[in-house]
Amino acid sequence: MRSTRFGILAATTALAAGPALADRIFVTNEKGNSVSVLDSESLEVIHTIEGMQRPRGITASPDGKHVYVCASDDNLVRVYDSATYEELPSLPSGPDPELFVLHPSGNPLYIANEDDNIVTVVDVNTRQVLAEVPVGVEPEGMGVSPDGKIVVNTSETTNMAHLIDTTSFEIVENVLVDSRPRFAQYTPDGKFLLVSAEIGGTVSVIDPALQEVVHKITFEVPGVLPEALQPVGVRVTADGSKAYVALGPANRVAVVDTATWEVTDYLLVGQRVWQLAFSPDGKFLYTTNGNSNDISIIDVATDKVLKSVQVGEQPWGVVTVPSP
Amino acid sequence: MKKSGWLLVATALVASAAGATADTDYRAAVLRVDAPGPMPISRLDLPPADLGFAGAALGTADNATTGSFMKQKFATEMVRATPETAEAEMQRLVDAGVWWIVVLADADTTIRLADIAGDSALVVNAAATDDRLRGADCRANLLHIAPSDAMLTDAVAQYLVWKKWTDWFLIEGSHPEDQALAAAYRRAATKFGASIVEERVFEDTGGARRTDSGTVQVQEQMPAFTQRVPDHDVVVAADRAGVFAAHLPYHTWEPRPVVGSAGMVPESWHPAHEAWGATQFQTRFEKQAGRFARDEDYQAWAALRVLGEAATRTKGGDFASIHDFVLSDGFDLAAFKGQKLTFRDWDGQLRQPILLTTDRVVVSVSPQAEFLHQVSQLDTLGIDRPETACRK
Repeated sequence: MRSTRFGILAATTALAAGPALADRIFVTNEKGNSVSVLDSESLEVIHTIEGMQRPRGITASPDGKHVYVCASDDNLVRVYDSATYEELPSLPSGPDPELFVLHPSGNPLYIANEDDNIVTVVDVNTRQVLAEVPVGVEPEGMGVSPDGKIVVNTSETTNMAHLIDTTSFEIVENVLVDSRPRFAQYTPDGKFLLVSAEIGGTVSVIDPALQEVVHKITFEVPGVLPEALQPVGVRVTADGSKAYVALGPANRVAVVDTATWEVTDYLLVGQRVWQLAFSPDGKFLYTTNGNSNDISIIDVATDKVLKSVQVGEQPWGVVTVPSP
Repeated sequence: MKKSGWLLVATALVASAAGATADTDYRAAVLRVDAPGPMPISRLDLPPADLGFAGAALGTADNATTGSFMKQKFATEMVRATPETAEAEMQRLVDAGVWWIVVLADADTTIRLADIAGDSALVVNAAATDDRLRGADCRANLLHIAPSDAMLTDAVAQYLVWKKWTDWFLIEGSHPEDQALAAAYRRAATKFGASIVEERVFEDTGGARRTDSGTVQVQEQMPAFTQRVPDHDVVVAADRAGVFAAHLPYHTWEPRPVVGSAGMVPESWHPAHEAWGATQFQTRFEKQAGRFARDEDYQAWAALRVLGEAATRTKGGDFASIHDFVLSDGFDLAAFKGQKLTFRDWDGQLRQPILLTTDRVVVSVSPQAEFLHQVSQLDTLGIDRPETACRK
């Protein structure tokens, strides 16, 4: 499969006038207090954005022009121009922002404030706080339905997915999941909501229409202690056929067939893998490996791990931005 | 043990909540028994007035937040007792129908209180580490959030063996609890392949812990006490009573690290612990209590969170169903230790990783990755099922 990949790279390079046209991968380095920017073709770090404290969650505007970073110890969301890396005016976030999600329209931003048991809703244009929604203890994971009507927060000590109406800012349903839910991700068709439980060791498959858990994905790897199988980041392919689940200290990413919710493969990546992001074309999946200070690149068509690339200290979150 | 009695009490309690819209009320208590004792060596270790209670208050608040989504309400009565009033207070709580009672007391008092509770309440030990409470003196109605001495000493032993510091100089105090702790270190050394090359007893001769002449005498006494010992890698201090261990580091005859009751100390909690979301607990606790959390606070918090978690999972379960659920395979608690915490069904002990701490940082967390177990790696710490002396 390596040859296929290099074939693609060669073709793209031939078309491109220069490296400026490559996609870029932005990785937050929690301990490094920086964001590493990688060129998706050379897979080299082409820039490092500094001047932030404890960056964790990261996302990008739908047009790819802006990158948002939860600067947890700065208690704000830092905003960068994805082409020039210039810092733009910050957004208020409430204390200790960890993860957030953008409305599919690009506005507003929904931020989990793990110290205050609230979700803060911020207008990214006016930089005003629109609402603060009280949720369970230690809010963390944030997801949004494809139609933008429901935003989901997971609370790590309450162990629930809170489904919040994006117009009224009211919780419409609470779904109990397993211990320490970390991440919420809808399938592209909006029919299922996946919630990972780090300590519980499962991913709950929630039917948002029924508002209940219809399946629980469990994990088992020979030679790996069961308590090390700690699901965190979850991503679903654009065609909805496969889900990828980062398994933390198990150093593996599980591949899940969404037709059966069975795990079909475990891909060995770097140490303590937490968050995942697809390339803009969906062909590659990038993983942040916090304890080996690198990201791994997975070929989505073949589920092969192609390469690992060093970034900064303790990479946490990752987002990709298409070529301008 | 009889379950029928519990069931009756519990049914009576939740009967008022049987209506579709009414909230289920959970009333718990924390009974702290303050025994008079000597001052700690360091004034930094003086117990805060709200020791344990502050952790319980946070646990109750966390439960209430979750409860607001579950139609459950949580209230915890904080009871301060002396060894003389403890039994009457326990009886009062039991008579009032409280069936989740967190106890912060010494081992003997904890047993007495558990026996008063009998079938009417579950007693959750959030302070006493004594192995005999989980062994020969165990009780069917007693759960242990506090780690046992065997768990704490195994945690130290695993780390020392991993470091290949396997020749130990063991110094124990002269109190019975010191000797029990020293026995746990001997057991841990045998279990993990370390050697105790010398043992000495540091006699508690009484007197004030502090004097105006400061460290002058200590600086003479401690080097002399640790002189002429066979080659050793570390000094292991078993000083539960807190008489001498704090004076060992930097005063030993040979330049050796001190572990155990001073130096690198095994603990269930430490204010510097930040991994696995622990910062969130620390900041929540400090905002509420205005001080750092201690072991007893974390343990009281966890004792209340066990109730809250069981109430959530049983969707408003009564005494009997919560008791059964807590001890079942279905129960687990997320408590900032990087993995799920569960109860051992043979002695009611909460499985948990142990922090190995110094004054300022967490040095390591045991179990060490290299020590494996056929059931749970956490069972490499403490008394395992085949070894238990508990016949509850």
